[in-house]
Amino acid sequence: MSYSIEGSTGTWEIVCGLEVHAQVISKSKLFSGAATDFGAEPNTQVSLVDAAFPGMLPVLNRECVAQAVRTGLGLNAQINLVSRFDRKNYFYADLPSGYQISQFAHPIVGKGEVEIELADGSTRQIGVTRLHLEQDAGKSLHDQDPARSFIDLNRCGVALMEIVSEPDIRSPEEAGAYLRKLRTVLRYLGTCDGNMDEGSMRADVNVSVRHAGEGFRTRCEVKNVNSIRFVMQAIEAEAKRQVEVWESGGEVHQETRLFDPARNETRSMRSKEDAHDYRYFPDPDLLPLVLEDAWVEELRTTLPELPDAKRSRFMREYGLPVYDSGVLVAEQSVAEFYETVARGRDARLAANWVIGDFFAALNRTGKTIETSPVSAASLGGLLDLIADNTINGRIAKDVFEAMVETGASALKIVEERGLRQVTDTGAIDDAVEKVFHAHPDKLAEYKAGKEKLFGFFVGQVMKAMAGKGNPALVNEAIKKRLVGG
Amino acid sequence: MMLTDFSIAEARDALRAKKVSARELTAAHLDAVAALNPRLNAFITVTPELAERQAEAADAAIASGTAGALAGIPLAIKDLFCTEGVRTTAGSRILGNFVPPYESTVSANLLRDGAVFLGKANLDEFAMGSSNMTSAFGAVENPWKRRDSDAALVPGGSSGGSAAAVSARMAMGATGTDTGGSIRQPAAFCGLAGIKPSYGRCSRWGVVAFASSLDQPGPFARSVRDCAILLGSMAGFDAKDSTSVGMAVPDYEAACRRGVRGLRIGVPREYRNDNMPEEIEKLWQQGLAWLRDAGAEIVDVSLPHTKYGLATYYIVAPAEASSNLARYDGVRFGLRAGDGDLTDIYERTRAAGFGAEVKRRIMIGTYVLSAGYYDAYYLRAQKVRALILKDFSDAFTQVDALLTPTAPSAAFAQGEKMDDPVAMYLNDIFTVPASMAGVPAMSVPAGLSAQGLPLGLQVIGRPYDEETVFAVSQVIEDSAAFSARPAVIAGGRA
Repeated sequence: MSYSIEGSTGTWEIVCGLEVHAQVISKSKLFSGAATDFGAEPNTQVSLVDAAFPGMLPVLNRECVAQAVRTGLGLNAQINLVSRFDRKNYFYADLPSGYQISQFAHPIVGKGEVEIELADGSTRQIGVTRLHLEQDAGKSLHDQDPARSFIDLNRCGVALMEIVSEPDIRSPEEAGAYLRKLRTVLRYLGTCDGNMDEGSMRADVNVSVRHAGEGFRTRCEVKNVNSIRFVMQAIEAEAKRQVEVWESGGEVHQETRLFDPARNETRSMRSKEDAHDYRYFPDPDLLPLVLEDAWVEELRTTLPELPDAKRSRFMREYGLPVYDSGVLVAEQSVAEFYETVARGRDARLAANWVIGDFFAALNRTGKTIETSPVSAASLGGLLDLIADNTINGRIAKDVFEAMVETGASALKIVEERGLRQVTDTGAIDDAVEKVFHAHPDKLAEYKAGKEKLFGFFVGQVMKAMAGKGNPALVNEAIKKRLVGG
Repeated sequence: MMLTDFSIAEARDALRAKKVSARELTAAHLDAVAALNPRLNAFITVTPELAERQAEAADAAIASGTAGALAGIPLAIKDLFCTEGVRTTAGSRILGNFVPPYESTVSANLLRDGAVFLGKANLDEFAMGSSNMTSAFGAVENPWKRRDSDAALVPGGSSGGSAAAVSARMAMGATGTDTGGSIRQPAAFCGLAGIKPSYGRCSRWGVVAFASSLDQPGPFARSVRDCAILLGSMAGFDAKDSTSVGMAVPDYEAACRRGVRGLRIGVPREYRNDNMPEEIEKLWQQGLAWLRDAGAEIVDVSLPHTKYGLATYYIVAPAEASSNLARYDGVRFGLRAGDGDLTDIYERTRAAGFGAEVKRRIMIGTYVLSAGYYDAYYLRAQKVRALILKDFSDAFTQVDALLTPTAPSAAFAQGEKMDDPVAMYLNDIFTVPASMAGVPAMSVPAGLSAQGLPLGLQVIGRPYDEETVFAVSQVIEDSAAFSARPAVIAGGRA
């Protein structure tokens, strides 16, 4: 599915690459022992190292390195056994040392790739250029006081993974799919919670446009976009702006821009001429980071099954269609829920229930899979009652709604409300007899050839039995009676 | 013998034998500080109450038999080491009245072993200088005088206050830091022993940073053995400094007695130049003769990249400094000037807070790291640095230690070389290569100049082989039998 912008001079395509900043899940910061919890009182999680007091030195947090390696492995990327930390120098009030420790020249993770899936069912590989570790800065609060700015250093020094994609993205949809997929992988790995609202995942978006077959034109970077929807909108808005600039005879200049979601436009933040000279150089307080192959391999063995592999397995093992498998593996907790329901049961029926009634119930009640009143085991119990003919599929829907409401087990609800299906053929035959008796006209029509009235009879019989009739037996009884006379 | 003339080893024995108390020893040194510091300006901050409390604790520990290796030994601490609850200035206005809430690892190690801190020693601002003239707290006067002249001489730098304090007998020993010669050159100028250990031997945690890949704490004392005792306490692995080495600390004091029989001592031919004063050359030859007499074999070696050492150093050190000093921005601690926007605060704070030499080095460092110049300066300097290290590695396949002069001259007068930064930088010509290579190097007093000023010889060893450096230095000290005393001295003429 190709995306393009029709301009007055022809068709334009978008070239886009994303730099994603993903906050590493770790108890303490990248180079200090201060805590990383979100939402703490300002400046309560700041060590002397974070505040850059004289003589303080950084010490690398081993867990953050392990998280970066896990992420690299999860992105099928090359792990660089030797990497290095550099200083990126610039002055700002929320950067106490006057430099950010980052990996400029030698990142810990090299080339990898992410497979994205688009709405039409097609897939594409988006290249990952690199992943490196760096410190986050603190937060400047400009809206607390008319004359002064406040600084919160809690976030200062927290580990980030900057994940840089190749300029392989060709549409807003692909960008959205890439971010969702990346977020899924990070969550599976437990290396980033992917929570864009809390800023633990942010994206810088590089956009340029070109006519098909051209080389790259000048790109602009849209900084710090904090939701997937905004990323998609920003790409579209920025691409349209660039097309207009080119087509009106102007030239796109390399610059940093900001996206304003309210006006759906990007605005210039600083031009290349104003860009900082960051004076990168190797941080002399830190030795080169050297990893042992055996340690990397050990981490590899602890990786969970990742979404792509899980989806393939669901298709293979449970016979599910690709779409259903994709939906079920998007979140690890959903996949786990599904597998608990499906284990030892009709796996396709389980998938239909989870994706259908169960998701609908969560949506309706505003609950999550973790807070759901219906557990995987109890949904499984419901499916068991269907399988052993205790209830029919129609009644199961009602039982499920009652389970959502009360949290009780399916069996308890069936027993209390007397919902067991009727398999007594005598009772069914009686019901059929009564229906035929009540509708002689319809019976005559049927016999005259209007065979679609069969469904009408089934409905009436079920209604007469308060929905509890075994559908197969009801069908059979009706057929027998019709044939018989 | 006056208490202030005791060596650390002697004082340690006298304290153990209860011939003297730590309180008496501390009082004698505090008296000397009170008498001499107004003139010499070796201390920026004197902490008599703290010293007395520490001395009391030392006496109690000695009485109960729990005394550490340095119990009751009065020391001066270079004011680059952060000391908990005691103002730490780095010799700069920009730190204002900064009182650290933490103790540097090295000073904490000394306190662990029972040392008494008399106060914080003066230094060149942020350890940038070779004369102690750049301190925001005023110059330090060298206790030594030229014959027939009362001209105030520099003690060398950057650890000039530490050297002057130990030389004038205001302290028995002192901590210093050495980035390009800041322990060895003042030791030579003040007639002291001083060692820059291997990079990584002493933790840099809590030491105000100048150039992180070069900075290394080390001790000053009036004898090689006293330096060995002090370094034994100061050194050790520190998990808080990622560049600290995880090696056990050997018995340095014992190493002093090893002698040099069978050792091969290298003479790097590139250290000899036409401008070298004859008395320095003579002293060097004398040192080699002493070592030969003591059983060492003297071998000519080549360190071919020596001539690039100084130029390389004056790229690497300012580059790191320009970044290390960015944190002095008026926002969180220290001096703040300006009341406009953030940029105004930065500019005014740093303009008012830093002295001329510090500003010069920040500008050089910023320049050599900037886009378009990085490859030509910083990157090339790193490559040359690797070659300098290789020079030493190659030399140490042939010899066990190197002997060179410490400085190209004796102490110069205050005010000299002040108008020519490059002339000032040339002081470091013999000391900088060992810093660039991270190898241990020690200055030992070996004789007097024609004008009666102390001259030092430098012993350079293999990485982490301070033991051989001490052994060689001890033989030179014994042979030189250096007994001259400075003009300004506790109990002497003031």
